[in-house]
Amino acid sequence: MNILRQRIRRAAALFAVAAGVGAALPAAADDAKQQYFPLATFRVGAYASSGIPVWAGTIDYLRYINEVEGGINGVKLFWDECETEWAVEKGVECYERVKGGKNGSPVPIFLPHGDPITKALTEKSVADKIPLVTIAHGRTEAIDGRVFPYSFPAVFTFWSEASSAINFIAERAGGKDKLKGLKIATVYHDSPYGKETQTPLALLAKTYGFEDIQIPVPHPGNDQSAQWARIRQLKPDWVFLRGWGVMTPVAIKTAAKVGFPVDRIIGGVWSGSEEDVRPAGKVGKGYLAITPFPAGADFEILKKIKEHIVDKGKSDLKDLKSFGSVYYNSGVNEAIIAVEAIRTAQKKFGARPINGEEGQWGLENLNLDDARLKEIGAYGLQQPLKLSVRDHEGGGAGKVLQWDGEAWAIVSDGWVKSDRELLLPLIYERAAAYAKEKRITPRPDPTSN
Amino acid sequence: MSSAETEAAADFVAPGAARDWRGLRRALPLGLLLAVAFVIVPLAGTDYWFNAILIPFLIMALAGLGLNLLMGYAGQASLGTGAFMATGAYATYNLLLRLPDIPLPISLVLGGLIAGAVGVVVGLPSLRIKGFYLLASTLAAQFLLEWIFNQYGWFSNYSTSSSISAPKLAILGQDLSSPVGRYLMTLTAVVAIAAVAARLVKSQTGRAWSAVRDMDTAAAVIGVPVARSKLSAFFVGAAVCGVAGALWAFAYLGTVDARSFGLDRSFQVMFIIIVGGMGSIAGNFIGSAFIVLLPILLSQVSDRLFGGTVDAGQLANLQRIAFGALIIWFLIKEPAGLAALAERGWRRLRPSGTAGPERGSRPGNTGKIF
Amino acid sequence: MAFLIETLIGGLLSGVMYALVAIGFVLIYKASGVFNFAQGAMVLCAALTFVTLRDQGLAFWFAALVTLAIMVVLAIAVERVVLRPLMNQSQITLFMATLGLSFVIEGMSQLVMGASVHELDLGIVDTPVEVGPILVSQFDLVAAAAAGILVLALSVFFNVTRIGISLRAIADDPQAALSIGIRLQRLWRIVWGVAGFVALVAGLLWGSRQGVQFSLTFVVLKALPVLIIGGFTSIAGAIVGGLIVGAADALAEIYVGPLLGGSVSTWFVYVLAVAFLLIRPAGLFGERAIERV
Repeated sequence: MNILRQRIRRAAALFAVAAGVGAALPAAADDAKQQYFPLATFRVGAYASSGIPVWAGTIDYLRYINEVEGGINGVKLFWDECETEWAVEKGVECYERVKGGKNGSPVPIFLPHGDPITKALTEKSVADKIPLVTIAHGRTEAIDGRVFPYSFPAVFTFWSEASSAINFIAERAGGKDKLKGLKIATVYHDSPYGKETQTPLALLAKTYGFEDIQIPVPHPGNDQSAQWARIRQLKPDWVFLRGWGVMTPVAIKTAAKVGFPVDRIIGGVWSGSEEDVRPAGKVGKGYLAITPFPAGADFEILKKIKEHIVDKGKSDLKDLKSFGSVYYNSGVNEAIIAVEAIRTAQKKFGARPINGEEGQWGLENLNLDDARLKEIGAYGLQQPLKLSVRDHEGGGAGKVLQWDGEAWAIVSDGWVKSDRELLLPLIYERAAAYAKEKRITPRPDPTSN
Repeated sequence: MSSAETEAAADFVAPGAARDWRGLRRALPLGLLLAVAFVIVPLAGTDYWFNAILIPFLIMALAGLGLNLLMGYAGQASLGTGAFMATGAYATYNLLLRLPDIPLPISLVLGGLIAGAVGVVVGLPSLRIKGFYLLASTLAAQFLLEWIFNQYGWFSNYSTSSSISAPKLAILGQDLSSPVGRYLMTLTAVVAIAAVAARLVKSQTGRAWSAVRDMDTAAAVIGVPVARSKLSAFFVGAAVCGVAGALWAFAYLGTVDARSFGLDRSFQVMFIIIVGGMGSIAGNFIGSAFIVLLPILLSQVSDRLFGGTVDAGQLANLQRIAFGALIIWFLIKEPAGLAALAERGWRRLRPSGTAGPERGSRPGNTGKIF
Repeated sequence: MAFLIETLIGGLLSGVMYALVAIGFVLIYKASGVFNFAQGAMVLCAALTFVTLRDQGLAFWFAALVTLAIMVVLAIAVERVVLRPLMNQSQITLFMATLGLSFVIEGMSQLVMGASVHELDLGIVDTPVEVGPILVSQFDLVAAAAAGILVLALSVFFNVTRIGISLRAIADDPQAALSIGIRLQRLWRIVWGVAGFVALVAGLLWGSRQGVQFSLTFVVLKALPVLIIGGFTSIAGAIVGGLIVGAADALAEIYVGPLLGGSVSTWFVYVLAVAFLLIRPAGLFGERAIERV
């Protein structure tokens, strides 16, 4: 009996401590003049190896903005982190925790960073008026901002990824007319993400006359002997590899086992990082990948981050080897888009913290042309990007990297564009179908007439 | 919610229970709790509490209830919980989509019944095997069903990513899509099902389940229909999990795909009933509080204490370690489940004499299932 | 035909790799009746420790020895902190405790050694060998040979040494074994230590196949059907089960998958295992009629 009482007392004490900690923190009055920018990170669990450099890139850029540029038009950024482990319910919890803003400063943009989390937040974000920016993931049909007002699959959707990969093959073959008769096998992670490119690839195959072979790899993909035995049998000209996690290095290794040339494999965005190819070892040399986040530390902005943040020991990176890696640069890229959208919104609403609704306006009026990219120092790192209500993607191009055994080199001729004009009608059709199923009345597009 | 309160709930609805003043007194705390849950909480709660804490807590408790009926009461181990939840979610989605005239509550119930029917099929091997082997065989269902929903577009109305998305939630023209609406819908479903379950485990079916759990050969000798009991437990357990799955998809997340109901979910639900207490209805709520809320508490507390000073990645790892260690610690300290602890506490707090005699299917009566 | 044989051989070789993981489960289950779900975390922990030491410049054998020592310490700690207090609890409680344990081990490994992906090069050449029209992976052959040697060594260990005989006594009749003075706790420590060694070997081979990263813990998923088919208590069963699972998996992926329009490998072997179970409820080599209804 006594033991029990003790236990209850102890539990009560623990709760009191927990509650006290919350109350005792001094509310930072200054925060209301700063811009809150919460980060839903993933630093443990199966995908930590990719999450850690991504968030380092984002945080380093935000620190750079604060410390070197004195904030966005004088409005400094502040953030806190919430761990999602890439799991949907934890992501939702984080979103709910931060969505109200902090100390009077609202949330301008939320980066869900995970396909399932993005889906779960699609409708909540509309109700809460907080734009979600999901670069190189998320629903493709959310390009249509009339139906998906607060979802921004900006820069490079899965459909654009597939189309750009095909166009790179065309570039190598010497023109789109040379695609006719080629055999292109897509080896994909057997999940909703992996299957997203089936529709656009079927359409492209019909348009250009190549043969479209689809080979699924079940999650997690740590044994692919059967899939690559099939590749050996079918003898495709190219393999488009859309992996996730451990699937990519195993695919590269297994390809070597069956003698498929590694420089005929093009990885997709999530098969195109150092973390994907390094574990494959020597046989990864020559492997290609298409990405909107070109690797490299020579971009102007990266030099500045190195000088002002990394070299001063203020970087979030623990392993400096990752500086300038694909994932690190993807974090920088995302932060650039968020910061520029806030800056755009400030032009209309004033130099103060921006809320979600204003963040949406900022995103839909975002225009990163070459001149602006050069000013930021992101020319070559980020593609020219112009978003609108009808177009929440904007760019739709990727660069192709090749692994030389140590680092990535850019081998494509600049940005490889996707056939957006071919794909967009189908995407709008799908968005309309979604609107019908969910009984959403599409928002009018202010720019059209 | 303490176990004794649910015990009281059991009395409250049990047929033929003597409704003397003592029974009423036992029901009073539960009534109060329900009043708070239905009236005070909706008035006082914030979006964060509804969306991130209360709704998932209630739904996972419901899923725990489903598995507890199957495993804690009837002794049939299963790791197919995720698959049952997925079946319920996809079935309800298709009913709402294809038969829009059926009202939402009916669709939920029908979705649960479909999940129950699938549960019976999954439970067929239980007629020949038990223990870990049965547990492992339910994994086949877990993986197969997850694959089917991902593979065949018909189930998700050919959406690009095989995901299903909640239609407008409304009952009798009343819009329920606000956080409070979704909370009340979830709460109503959970309370109604828990009340039915509390009654069921005291019925003949429930007694037959316990007999099969404790000693199936002996049960057969004394004339308990063993095969029927096992399959009925699979039916009821899977149906309850199915409703939980539908609520998870529509009342909690809004849009899900089959991965939301993967093996991890099955493990999570099993944690809930083991930590909470097998063979206890209140145990599901305690277990759900532990499994769903503890990580959030850990993260909130550690953020407040160390946020900004300790590396975020290390902090996240420490939370994971703490969570695992706490699970082990509770299993060691209270192997019969937290419900047993709570009930002991309840007994101590009452004035002597009103605690009543030891009860038949009290929490902690786990009946070693293997 | 050549393609069929090639697929089959590839599948069998993968199967040996699954068996390797399954053996870790069998050892612990035999000795302590615990279905140790933390085996996957142990594989990760062993491999991660090894590559981290190698990155520090330690020699191969030295790194392996240090890793082994760490795994033994881990085994002793698990016995002392988790198993002993939970003695006499139901198996499902123990199973859940190992799930909690896997959180702890995973968290600790990543806390100490970081989450980045490491390459693990064992120096095994990985150019394919061509036998007529059939292509066989040299790496898989070496891995299979290593697994074979390990199994042989374990069989000798458990059939000849005193420890092995004690283990069999415990598995047969724990009460009787205790009454003749077999020290259960010491035995558990030894068996968990050996399981740590098996985890190290599995971690090295799987790690060099796919890189050392968190997803090493997923190898458990393919080991489960191996256990169902082979039985939870038989090392020979694990090997045969592994071969069956590997072959069935590869063949199904090639010949059944296209019929159903997708990849069947996540569930096919599980369904196969259940079919096996219904025909032979004790598994292929189950030593006793296990809990048949």
